[in-house]
Amino acid sequence: MADNFTKGMARNIYYGGGLFFFLFFVGLTFDTMLELPKRDNRDQITDTVVHGKKLWEDNNCIGCHSLMGEGAYFAPELANVYDRYGAGNEQAFKQFMQSWMAMQPLPAEGRRKMPQFNLSTEEVDALSDFLIWTSRINDNDWPPNKQG
Amino acid sequence: MKFESQAVAKPYFIFALALFAGQILFGLIIGLQYIIGDFLFPYIPFNVARMVHTNLLIVWLLFGFMGATYYLVPEEADTELHSPWLAKALFWIFAAAGTATVLGYLLVPYATLAEVTFNDLLPTMGREFLEQPTITKIGIVIVALGFIYNVGMTILKGRKTVVNMVLITGLIGLAVFFLFSFYNPHNLVLDKYFWWWVVHLWVEGVWELIMGAILAFTLIKVTGVDREVIEKWLYIIIAMALISGIIGTGHHYYWIGPGEYWLWLGSIFSAIEPVPFFMMTVFAFRMVRQRRIEHGNKIATTWAVGTAVMAFLGAGVWGFIHTLAPVNYFTHGSQITAAHGHLAFFGAYAMIVMTIISYSMPIMRGRPQGNPESAQKVERMAFWMMVISMLGITLTLTAAGAYQVALQRLPDDANALAFMATQDKLMPFYWTRLVFGLVFLAGLVTYLYSFFVGSKEEVAASEKPESCCGSCS
Repeated sequence: MADNFTKGMARNIYYGGGLFFFLFFVGLTFDTMLELPKRDNRDQITDTVVHGKKLWEDNNCIGCHSLMGEGAYFAPELANVYDRYGAGNEQAFKQFMQSWMAMQPLPAEGRRKMPQFNLSTEEVDALSDFLIWTSRINDNDWPPNKQG
Repeated sequence: MKFESQAVAKPYFIFALALFAGQILFGLIIGLQYIIGDFLFPYIPFNVARMVHTNLLIVWLLFGFMGATYYLVPEEADTELHSPWLAKALFWIFAAAGTATVLGYLLVPYATLAEVTFNDLLPTMGREFLEQPTITKIGIVIVALGFIYNVGMTILKGRKTVVNMVLITGLIGLAVFFLFSFYNPHNLVLDKYFWWWVVHLWVEGVWELIMGAILAFTLIKVTGVDREVIEKWLYIIIAMALISGIIGTGHHYYWIGPGEYWLWLGSIFSAIEPVPFFMMTVFAFRMVRQRRIEHGNKIATTWAVGTAVMAFLGAGVWGFIHTLAPVNYFTHGSQITAAHGHLAFFGAYAMIVMTIISYSMPIMRGRPQGNPESAQKVERMAFWMMVISMLGITLTLTAAGAYQVALQRLPDDANALAFMATQDKLMPFYWTRLVFGLVFLAGLVTYLYSFFVGSKEEVAASEKPESCCGSCS
């Protein structure tokens, strides 16, 4: 590195740059917090959606699945599972979920297995409500197609 | 070793390497489960094995960072550690809590673990990488506070070198951003938004400060280059890391709810993120070329240069290939992400810990100029086995990811292949990855074996330095 570029200058860039961009980031975060209510439909977060999120976490679903592309890549994306199997009909999707969850683990040998979580009918409905709400978040039109 | 208290680093390093071995074993299990879907089911379902794989990684790196800190802070501060007793006590607390948590993952269903650890009182579990029970998270905070207190007091009473100041800043940042793991709102978008304040601001923020400080310390020791020069490089590298990396968080905000300007900000700033890693590579090579001493521990120098190069490839190049929003739209959450994750964590963080272990362990074992030639030769072989196999894993997963994108993401609704059908097409890649994984395990075993190589005569010779080791500078 050039000799006329001193350690003091490097230090100032570190402190100044680090502080400036952190404050900038905090400012952007405030702005995003103001914008999010229009994008995340938080007025539709019902008690069952909250319960569904809790079930999602307590059973470590993210350990195999991804949700809006984040998580593990062992099993299908689920932020758009309502679009994939519900076809716009919440009741049909909930029925599908009830039978799908009851079927696990599928008996096919060598296939990746989802454990049987022994959720009640109400719990599977709550999980479905959570996934339906998630599918409606404005996530800049991701994923590119319904396969996720 | 300049100060007796530096030796508290030793159990930290040994335990870190034991956890590393566990991480690799579980990596092989999930690698096989990708192919034989019901392998070990229902005893160890994939989600459990993956959680063990990733959590062991995080915890062994934390043990490594702590060991590195206990080793280098007293030497830099030119004083004994404030409280070696506290360091030893925290080691046992953290090791016990970590072991209990992993056993909890393996022995009971996750939902039961959540229940018996009173997750309902303050639900923080079930989010990727933050799966630890809330009580474990509280334990981590307590250990971190005690650790920072101990290290902080040491620095306060001693010399405040740039290496120490950067390191302690990184460690405080690590502790502060971990607090966001306790924030788990009902709104998934807010949950994800601040989840990244732990994950991204760790690995693409404050951890880079820690890595930079450890690398700078090691290079001062093995090259004997003037501290002023090395400190200038350190400052400018971490400056670029923060300038690019903080707003670079935006590349995680593309598809989880936040607004459209993050597509621009995330793309622009994360495109700059390879710069600090590139500078780190130039820095490492240049310091070695300008070296003023010939340190007997050649393999430590190899690790130092190696971690800079591999971090540049894994975090820099492999990050860049999928970070621009128009590309990420198709690659997000695919095997490309997995490829990047593997090379970046190994290159930047696993290798920096092995760098400081390679430099300091021989000294703590009474060998100031490094291990005997025969042991270094074995360690060098292990270095190349691990580096090459990890590159193999990365390239294979990249190819798998590209094929996955082509089959599953690029076509329209009518033509896209479903996830599980796509996975079936990727089997040849997963087999190849597993083979590289086995080579990696062999490399790790070779590495661990290298600690025990060397005849009595060779070891005795290595205990008598022929020339100044430079560690008193």
